[in-house]
Amino acid sequence: MIIPRVPVQHRRLLPDRRLTGPTPWVIAILMMLTLLAAAAGIGLARSANAIGDAIAGRVTVQIVTANPVARAAQAAALRRRAAGEPYVRAARAVEQDELLATLGQWFGSEGGDDPVLKSLPLPALVDIDFVGGGDRAGQMARLRALVSAEAPGARIIPHAEWLGPVARLIRSLAWVAGGLVLLMIAASAAVVIMTARAALGTHYATIEMLHLIGATDRQIARLFQRRIAIDTAYGIALGSAVAAAILLLIGWQWSGVTAGLAATASLGPAGWALLLALPLLAIALAALTARQTLLAALKKIL
Amino acid sequence: MPRAGDAMTDAAPPRPGGAMVEFSGVGLRYGPDAEILSDISFNLQPGSFYFLTGASGAGKTSLLRMLYLAQRPSRGIVRLFGEDLVAMPRHRLPGFRRRIGVVFQDFRLIPHLSARDNIALPLRIAGVSEEDLAGPVGEMLSWIGLSARADAFPPTLSGGEQQRVAIARAVIARPQLLVADEPTGNVDPDMAMRLLGLFEALNRLGTTVVVATHDIHLISRIDNAQMMRLEKGRLSDPTGALRYPPNRA
Ligand SMILES: Nc1ncnc2c1ncn2[C@@H]1O[C@H](COP(=O)(O)OP(=O)(O)OP(=O)(O)O)[C@@H](O)[C@H]1O
Ligand SMILES: [Mg+2]
Repeated sequence: MIIPRVPVQHRRLLPDRRLTGPTPWVIAILMMLTLLAAAAGIGLARSANAIGDAIAGRVTVQIVTANPVARAAQAAALRRRAAGEPYVRAARAVEQDELLATLGQWFGSEGGDDPVLKSLPLPALVDIDFVGGGDRAGQMARLRALVSAEAPGARIIPHAEWLGPVARLIRSLAWVAGGLVLLMIAASAAVVIMTARAALGTHYATIEMLHLIGATDRQIARLFQRRIAIDTAYGIALGSAVAAAILLLIGWQWSGVTAGLAATASLGPAGWALLLALPLLAIALAALTARQTLLAALKKIL
Repeated sequence: MPRAGDAMTDAAPPRPGGAMVEFSGVGLRYGPDAEILSDISFNLQPGSFYFLTGASGAGKTSLLRMLYLAQRPSRGIVRLFGEDLVAMPRHRLPGFRRRIGVVFQDFRLIPHLSARDNIALPLRIAGVSEEDLAGPVGEMLSWIGLSARADAFPPTLSGGEQQRVAIARAVIARPQLLVADEPTGNVDPDMAMRLLGLFEALNRLGTTVVVATHDIHLISRIDNAQMMRLEKGRLSDPTGALRYPPNRA
């Protein structure tokens, strides 16, 4: 029913002017933009989720005890005790060298051998990942009790506090992309409606004639629906091909630049399935829109 | 011969299912202007032959348009094949239109279809298979003398040739009612008589025929034909034949 079967003799009722109007090209552009926006939306949403998952269950315990020996001992004890707790998935003490290297990037001394930096009293850090899916507030309370026992005065910093805004920003961008997809689908439908109306106007005399010799609205609508569905299908195929080429290029560049992050920004099987389904849905939507427009317009003619 | 004083008088209600076409108190206006047709009442009996005459602009085409369901009346009752057309829902109209053949005053051939395809159109719309329609279409083409030009497109045909194609298209599906608006306006007198002969033959096979024409000669050539005359938007009935149709037994 998407591209209705029309006997070849009936097809001749509409003179063959395929792909000459602007419709297939406009549809191609809209389809390309739709797919790119959809891909961006899916990629961003998946990134936001990946970041959200990663940060939701992670805290860093910052031990600022003045005595460096006691500080190191507290950190080691906390790591050991925490690792044994059932609600902790992983506990890791951040090595002093690692910390120096990170800070060195900020201080501009790559090797971390800056005398000022070396003289700074650095806190000891312990990263703790909670077991997923548990009662987060309960886990926090138990960790807090553990920390005050093992390292009094230490601060617990949930990662969600400082990475959360980033994840939220990425998520809003994903919503914007989703909104763009909807707007472009609406614009495509509008193009189809205008095309259908224009076709009816151009062929008004033929339509009136067909009505008067007893053609039904359905017969006439099928004729035009077929033509419009074929024209838009060409546009959709073209737009999808261009979008696919662009996405593959971006994906290839992305995987080359940031091998580590590529996994979080990829589209995933569901994402690819949705992208593949979009053109097919678009063809179906175009055919349906054309059909409704045609039947509504034909009703106004006696 | 008119049978005065018959059962069907002015006051008699139309017999349901009796007349093929019944107009009763029909008026037609285009937009807000005055009515161009007023108080049109007549019955067309099945199997009869009617001429509709009147000066140019008298409303012949307008009257026929209501007859072939291109136009609903502004007021009054139109019944066709015993059914009220004014109240008829749109989706039932195609079924009625397939029982009516129309020769339009301006032909209305589809310019990008060959003569053959134009003639075959009503059969195709009605769902006749290609095998079944090839024969009748060929016969019709040879009857109107256009076999050699079967694959020509209307813009390349002369006015008279186009008119013959239009007539062939109107009669190919053996309609119960044939409505022809000036069907012989563009052909020479010989061809006019031939075409009229075709209408008469169809009429003998039971088709009710309504022909709008200026051509007085045409009118005199058909026995038993009845005349309807439009004057200033009203139907005058010079012979009384409409209200008291001659017995065609
Ligand atoms: N669509 C329309 N809108 C407005 N006025 C119309 C329309 N069609 C016809 N008329 C007017 O109605 C009147 C009757 O027109 P119609 O075509 O029925 O006359 P006719 O008897 O067929 O004339 P002719 O012999 O020249 O074909 C004319 O005055 C014409 O101008
Ligand atoms: Mg006229």
